[in-house]
Amino acid sequence: MGQELINLFVRSIFIENMIFAYFLGMCSYLAVSKTVKTAVGLGIAVTFVLVITLPVNWLLENYVLQPGALSKWLGADFKDVDLSFLSFIMFIAVIASMVQLIEMIVEKFAPALYSALGIFLPLIAVNCSILGGSLFMQERAFGTISEAAVYGLGSGVGWFLAIVAIAAIREKIRYSNVPAPLRGLGITFIITGLMGIAFMSFMGIKL
Amino acid sequence: MSTEVKQKESLFSKKNRKLISDPFNDNNPITVQVLGICSALAITVKLEPAIVMSLSVLFVLAAGNVIISLIRNLIPNRIRIIVQLVVVASLVILVDQFLKAYAYDVSKQLSVFVGLIITNCIIMGRFEAFALGNGPWKAFMDGIGNSIGYGVILIAVAFFRELLGSGALLGVQVIPDSWYIANGGFYANNGFFLFPPMALIVVGLIIWAQRAKNTKLIEEN
Repeated sequence: MGQELINLFVRSIFIENMIFAYFLGMCSYLAVSKTVKTAVGLGIAVTFVLVITLPVNWLLENYVLQPGALSKWLGADFKDVDLSFLSFIMFIAVIASMVQLIEMIVEKFAPALYSALGIFLPLIAVNCSILGGSLFMQERAFGTISEAAVYGLGSGVGWFLAIVAIAAIREKIRYSNVPAPLRGLGITFIITGLMGIAFMSFMGIKL
Repeated sequence: MSTEVKQKESLFSKKNRKLISDPFNDNNPITVQVLGICSALAITVKLEPAIVMSLSVLFVLAAGNVIISLIRNLIPNRIRIIVQLVVVASLVILVDQFLKAYAYDVSKQLSVFVGLIITNCIIMGRFEAFALGNGPWKAFMDGIGNSIGYGVILIAVAFFRELLGSGALLGVQVIPDSWYIANGGFYANNGFFLFPPMALIVVGLIIWAQRAKNTKLIEEN
């Protein structure tokens, strides 16, 4: 069991990287990667929110939304209830309220972290990688809550690595002579593509 | 509401038409505003899912913009993000159920990416930047314009990836069989175009081409 979890963790960081394999969270990845410092802040915030929302959504999926899930704790009368069509709205509601909750907790107990994360925390509610994590969790039907949590942690760390790496490259590329029409956005897209190709080398690895 | 607008300015006045035409080039959501890249690029391997995705976004953005614009004076500022998410999520559920019923194969190919329209930044971005401050008709035009600007890039990327990657368009073989090396010809598909990173590189090249023509878009750094 432990080994499976480690496999899942490594796989979600490198092989199924949120940015390089699925392009999730690209908007904030492109918008906030101008300096390494802000990139680190956003990366930590995303990891944090993924680790918390995935297990919550897993519970929701397995005890409320799945066909027949309600009968696990409300009795056999609810055997035929299928609420799975509600999953998008439930997941996004959980994510938005969790982000709000985390924002309040962090503001109260860790003001230093709160001011470091600043505007990024509320914006995470609309970061595709968070909802994407929950939807992949639903699609792959993880068996236990710890798998969901480990998958959240792995995806978050993978996202963190990607945004810090591109921010470092963008800080350096300012000194290079890029063709004028490619400056800024264009070259960032191409670099991300090349990094994606590099990450593809992990693809053959079977865990 | 629309009759009121009519008295002030005609429905297709120059200003309103600009709302639709601007997002093609000067204010393209993908290549200039950098919105909506998240869910877009993973589904551009083939032309068909890209077209379905563009149409879904067209529906969600136009309808969502109108709804948000109609209730814009009723939403308390502090909880507006949650209200917006609920509106988008309901529209996306409609699209998802519709696709599952009438286009099951495409729906399978799009997998989680239909759901990810909810967090497509282009939608929240237009709600925040436009629908919250403008009337329903203008918001509708803005929604149509932006989703067409988004669809154009998506379809262009998918066109090149499907043509160069698998030699087909919309699933129909366009490169003659006799050209292939296996049949004694000179041509081989570039399988690399089927991998996700090539989508990013193709978009980068499109940006390069667009900004070479439209020099006022060039960034300092």
